[in-house]
Amino acid sequence: MSALPDSLRSKVGQRVIVAVLLAVALLFPLAFDPLATQMDVAIFVLAYVMMALGLNIVVGFAGLLDLGYVAFYAIGAYTIGWLASDHFTGLGGEKGLHVLVSDFVQNSFGIHVNFFLVLLAAVVVAAVLGALIGLPTLRLRGDYIAIVTLAFGEIIGRIALNGDEITFGEQQLTNGQQAISPVDQPFIPLVNYEFDSAFNLRPYYWTGIVLLCFTLFVNFRLRDSRLGRAWIALREDEVAAASMGVPLVRTKLLAYAAGAGLGGIAGAFLGSYNNAINSNQFQFSFSIFVLAMVILGGMGSIWGVTAGALALAVIDRYLIPEVFDDLPSKVGLDFQLTQLSFGIFGFLLVLIMVLRPEGLFPERRRKMELTEGVGTDESVFEARG
Amino acid sequence: MTPLLEVTGVSKVFGGLIAVNDVSFQIPPKSIVSLIGPNGAGKTTFFNTLTGLYKPSTGTIAFDGTEITAMRPDRVLASGMARTFQNIRLFSTMSARENVMVGQHARMSGGLFGSVVRTPKVRAEEKRVHEKAAEMLELVGLSKSQFDQTAINLAYGDQRRVEIARALASDPLLLLLDEPTAGMNPEESARLTRFMTRLRDERGLTILLIEHDMKVVMNVSERITVLDHGEKIAEGDPATVRADERVIEAYLGKAAHE
Repeated sequence: MSALPDSLRSKVGQRVIVAVLLAVALLFPLAFDPLATQMDVAIFVLAYVMMALGLNIVVGFAGLLDLGYVAFYAIGAYTIGWLASDHFTGLGGEKGLHVLVSDFVQNSFGIHVNFFLVLLAAVVVAAVLGALIGLPTLRLRGDYIAIVTLAFGEIIGRIALNGDEITFGEQQLTNGQQAISPVDQPFIPLVNYEFDSAFNLRPYYWTGIVLLCFTLFVNFRLRDSRLGRAWIALREDEVAAASMGVPLVRTKLLAYAAGAGLGGIAGAFLGSYNNAINSNQFQFSFSIFVLAMVILGGMGSIWGVTAGALALAVIDRYLIPEVFDDLPSKVGLDFQLTQLSFGIFGFLLVLIMVLRPEGLFPERRRKMELTEGVGTDESVFEARG
Repeated sequence: MTPLLEVTGVSKVFGGLIAVNDVSFQIPPKSIVSLIGPNGAGKTTFFNTLTGLYKPSTGTIAFDGTEITAMRPDRVLASGMARTFQNIRLFSTMSARENVMVGQHARMSGGLFGSVVRTPKVRAEEKRVHEKAAEMLELVGLSKSQFDQTAINLAYGDQRRVEIARALASDPLLLLLDEPTAGMNPEESARLTRFMTRLRDERGLTILLIEHDMKVVMNVSERITVLDHGEKIAEGDPATVRADERVIEAYLGKAAHE
């Protein structure tokens, strides 16, 4: 009985901390001008944290190294690009196709679906593609999985880049580097409110907070579920997991699908905010960047990954380009700090690997795996489809 | 009585090595059968073939009236055949209870959507599985204070017990135990022997075990099958097998004076 109040207290303590964090996050924009750089940075940071949490399901929970996560950013972004812009001018005849959009958009050509419905579509499309991309990796293990996912990330990137050459009649698939732009701003039909990034970034920020909370919620729920246990089981010992009734193919594909779905939401959100879907946004380095967030924070640890992503995203979008960019010139050197950003990230990662290989806030299990060498998996299995 | 498990002419070949050679045998329901043989006789390979980890090169395996030859391991478990491993394969960073909860995976239905939304059905299922895990751990003799300990921190004998609990949690008809008494002291072995009999008598389980401890084998099994170099060399009740020339030869070697 004596353990009960303690655990209760710590649970209450945790809730208080979360409530305070949420309050700070929600009130944050009030400290800045609605169009401040900090607001722009914060919106990107929120999207990056979401992506890191999505990747955390694949890499952290299920232990499937994914080097092509940028694919789901791209898929989410193109989903909104296709469903909420003038891109498909030819479709829907003269009038175009409109679902729950503002009067402003009502009269434009192409497909225009409400932002929030597009988010749903992005989850579904990304999740399905995530599972499809997962399929060829199922017979592989460890590093080989990473190579296949890397290739798929590149394939999606190339399709985005060269999509202006892929045409259906007059219609291009993507606009490549010309970008699909502009993209509709989010619109809330019931209260008839349309976001406008030219005047106020706060609504985007708050939408980002809501989406991030959803992403966190999904992470926690999945971690403490039948699936979450199955992921850990197959990460630690595939043979034992399969022998205990965990269907490997299905369980892995669900991890890919869940991770991809969350990446898709973040991608659609960012696509809408960027107001342009440009193939240059989907580089291999972005996959590594998101993976670095997961590793820095501590694979599998939800709060760790959140913190890691927050730290790297703030460094990438704010500290290097906004705060310290002219530091070298101040000390008489002839370059900008942004030119060094990859070097800085590399250095940070090496530093983490040396000082804290398990990440900033490691998950208990991952820490054990690293320090005690448990969870090694010998293969007894015969590969099969 | 129709056998619960019927293995017909099963072989398993790795490259040029015949690990299991044309083995046929049957297990009647509610019996305890032992599989013995010298090291490298192919016992574990045979287990792996039964449970779907290996595809048999030839032969068929029928279990509880259906053919399960080359079925996926998770399907084999779902059909009612659960196993333990020779070198314990618990999920080491999970607690004892979580390990046993994974054992019930096949008896649960919560998917991606249900887990996120935590529907009433999923909630009830989680509760049921949580309680059943405790029940199974209690059954194998773990104390309550050990339930939430990390598996790797448990004593060796307790880890074996958790592995058995994990297998039992899937409500199997047939339990395959791969050297369950390895590393146990005589008293622990005797307790496990009694436990196996109890499982059979009270829960109607059928048990197939690989075992090196002859005291356990002779005490507990109704029938014994002996493998040597992948071939079945003898079969029968303990007294018959004990007296069998070929078995003695396989274990001790041929007499030198021949």
